[in-house]
Amino acid sequence: MIVEAGHFALALALGLSLIQFIVPLWGARANDPVLMSVGPVTALAVFVCIAFSFLALTVAYVTSDFSVANVVANSHSTKPLIYKISGVWGNHEGSMLLWVLILALFGSVVALSRNSIPMRLQANTLAVQAAVTIAFLLFMLLTSNPFTRIIPAPIEGQDLNPLLQDPGLAIHPPLLYIGYVGFSISFAFACAALIDGRIDAVWARIVRPWTLGAWAFLTLGIAMGSYWAYYELGWGGWWFWDPVENASLMPWLAGTALLHSTVVMEKRDALKVWTILLAILTFSLSLLGTFLVRSGVLTSVHSFAVDPERGTFILAILILFIGGSLALFAWRAPMLKQGGLFAPVSREGALVLNNLFLSTACATVLIGTLYPLALEVVTGEKISVGEPFFNLTFIPLVLPLLLLLPLGQTLAWKRGNFLGSAQRLYAVFGISLVTTVALFAFYYGGPVAAPLGIGLGVYLVLGSFNEIVTRSWSKGTPFAVARRKAANLPRSTWGTVLAHAGVGLTVIGIAATAWGVEGLATVKPGERLKAGDYEARLERVIPRTEANFREDVAVFTIYLQGHEVGTLESMKRLYVTRGMPTTEAGIMTVGLGQVYVSLGEPQADGSVGVRLYYKPLVLLIWIGSVIMALGGGVSLTDRRLRIGAPVRAKTSAAAPVPAE
Amino acid sequence: MTRKQRRLTLIGFAGGILALALGLVLYAMNDTIVFFNSPADIQAKNVQPGTRLRLGGLVKEGTVQRGVDQQISFEVMDAQATMQVHYKGLLPDLFREGQGVIAEGILESATVFRADSVLAKHDENYMPREVADTLKKQGHWMGEANAAPKTQ
Repeated sequence: MIVEAGHFALALALGLSLIQFIVPLWGARANDPVLMSVGPVTALAVFVCIAFSFLALTVAYVTSDFSVANVVANSHSTKPLIYKISGVWGNHEGSMLLWVLILALFGSVVALSRNSIPMRLQANTLAVQAAVTIAFLLFMLLTSNPFTRIIPAPIEGQDLNPLLQDPGLAIHPPLLYIGYVGFSISFAFACAALIDGRIDAVWARIVRPWTLGAWAFLTLGIAMGSYWAYYELGWGGWWFWDPVENASLMPWLAGTALLHSTVVMEKRDALKVWTILLAILTFSLSLLGTFLVRSGVLTSVHSFAVDPERGTFILAILILFIGGSLALFAWRAPMLKQGGLFAPVSREGALVLNNLFLSTACATVLIGTLYPLALEVVTGEKISVGEPFFNLTFIPLVLPLLLLLPLGQTLAWKRGNFLGSAQRLYAVFGISLVTTVALFAFYYGGPVAAPLGIGLGVYLVLGSFNEIVTRSWSKGTPFAVARRKAANLPRSTWGTVLAHAGVGLTVIGIAATAWGVEGLATVKPGERLKAGDYEARLERVIPRTEANFREDVAVFTIYLQGHEVGTLESMKRLYVTRGMPTTEAGIMTVGLGQVYVSLGEPQADGSVGVRLYYKPLVLLIWIGSVIMALGGGVSLTDRRLRIGAPVRAKTSAAAPVPAE
Repeated sequence: MTRKQRRLTLIGFAGGILALALGLVLYAMNDTIVFFNSPADIQAKNVQPGTRLRLGGLVKEGTVQRGVDQQISFEVMDAQATMQVHYKGLLPDLFREGQGVIAEGILESATVFRADSVLAKHDENYMPREVADTLKKQGHWMGEANAAPKTQ
């Protein structure tokens, strides 16, 4: 019964979205406040409907209602409760439902922040938002209905893909989707500005927190996904330049560019048209990502539950929105008032450079991802574009960006002084140079990339904090005064510094992978294998049985230069329902590095293939990303954004801060 | 600086970075992409030994041999040809005799392939798309109906 109600609520949401699309748009055109005010009301109603629908599906999962086809295909009565819940979005239909739920949630937040957004802008934005909702609701109802019943109902379900039965799945897709869908708000605001033919610094101030929030969540989502793949796939790698990973990286790169260009627009009222275009492109890339992941047109190691038929529908949505918004852009953008030009050597000049590098880097990722597809369509030749391609194209474009980052942060607005900025960074240059040389000398004969990369990372971290120092301390300032000054700096400054320092930490983590060592051997209990200074001794292999899987647990003792430092367990699991084997890597964290053990298939004579890795500083890759996202969060709490900016209405109206 | 100079600087920078990116992409395209081939393709196209490629097909039943320290060899076949594959490493969880597989590595001779990675997939019913296409072309595709029950 509740299942049918959920289905009905979804259809009702579609009807309401149609109203939300047409009426406010008409109202904004006719300048009729009554018609415009229909927007927020319907946006809230749509959210309630979709939330109910989501709840209905969750209930079906939790109660293991095997008369629902979706539950049968992805659940099992013995599955732990948390995976019953996360299983709701661990499949195609459910993940699309989560997608529209987040879309509707954001729509309702826009609807609720009526005090801080001019009415016409809000009405147009909600209308565009509704258009996106309509497309995806139609997609769900026509091609991927999660509420389809199955008759006769089987007694037991087919279980969730074991790789997805992991706490990582419970958080990774929601974070990623909040990021993807968050950019739909920037997109809706951009289209609204185009429809209205008006754009100014107020627009930038309203859009910026949304972009910032979406960006922070996308950063966390990508980092989480990367760590999940690292420990769950058992290959010891954390990034494969796989199409599905690229699909999330592209909106991230474009979103990062958008984040920086809105700063220019807010502060200097320039780069308007470009910012609008970026907002459109960022969400287009999010849609493209959804298409690539959901349609299965590209061979990926990460794709689950793909279906080419649905791909066609998503492709249609993609063409409609990207084509439509770009056409709108081509038609309306020339009517927008241009912002002024500015000096190349200035903060805004540096941010333009940032945008150029980020967007070309994003373009190379796009080419590398889509080229195999295009080539196959045109010539029938099948190719794969992998890590070597991206190392050769992406890295040379990102390196200059990173080198210029601390410099750009030090330049003044309007008219900067390049030499002056460089001078303020002398100490930072010095320290990072010394670090590089020292590391190079200490690890003489090792890989060159590691000391160079770590030097760059140190330069980024110190260069970021340099801004705090120069703004709060000068010669002779007592420490207490400097500390108070630093604490009183705007939160957005601290946010910038943290995010940039996070980039530095990630760079250090990536550079240190060059020092990683590995060993491979077939071992029997009691035998050892070596990777650099680390050794692992296989103690025993013991069978274990859990509710929905059986596993062989290999227990290892880890030695560092002959001294015992701990034990770890690596597992080979067999999930009974699907008869599917998985490998659970054994991981031991030593400081910021990790010892990582992956198992092969145990053989009849008791031997087992083992790969042992030692990855120094590897945790910094993800810690850095989390700090980047944290920087975004800190920036969101800036005073300027907490106080509803454009209309200083009555009391402190809550600013449109995305769900935190 | 005059307006014109400023605009030219901006265009110059943008053009420079785009040209750099384009150059890198074209260079990388020549050097780093890897072609996918089935054993029959390799014979038909007379691919030169030493070429890096992706080999796809089915793992021939009864050919998997495990040597010391994870030296593994097996044969990959399609309807017309087979290829001996050598690999040192851990095989993915879903590697099975009679199932589809993709290996990336270097062609050593007309019939021997040295793989440095063997690709895993997330789903037990999964047939790599390239392998499925090849089998369809050669008329050996059983179709989804005969495969294990689909879960989606």
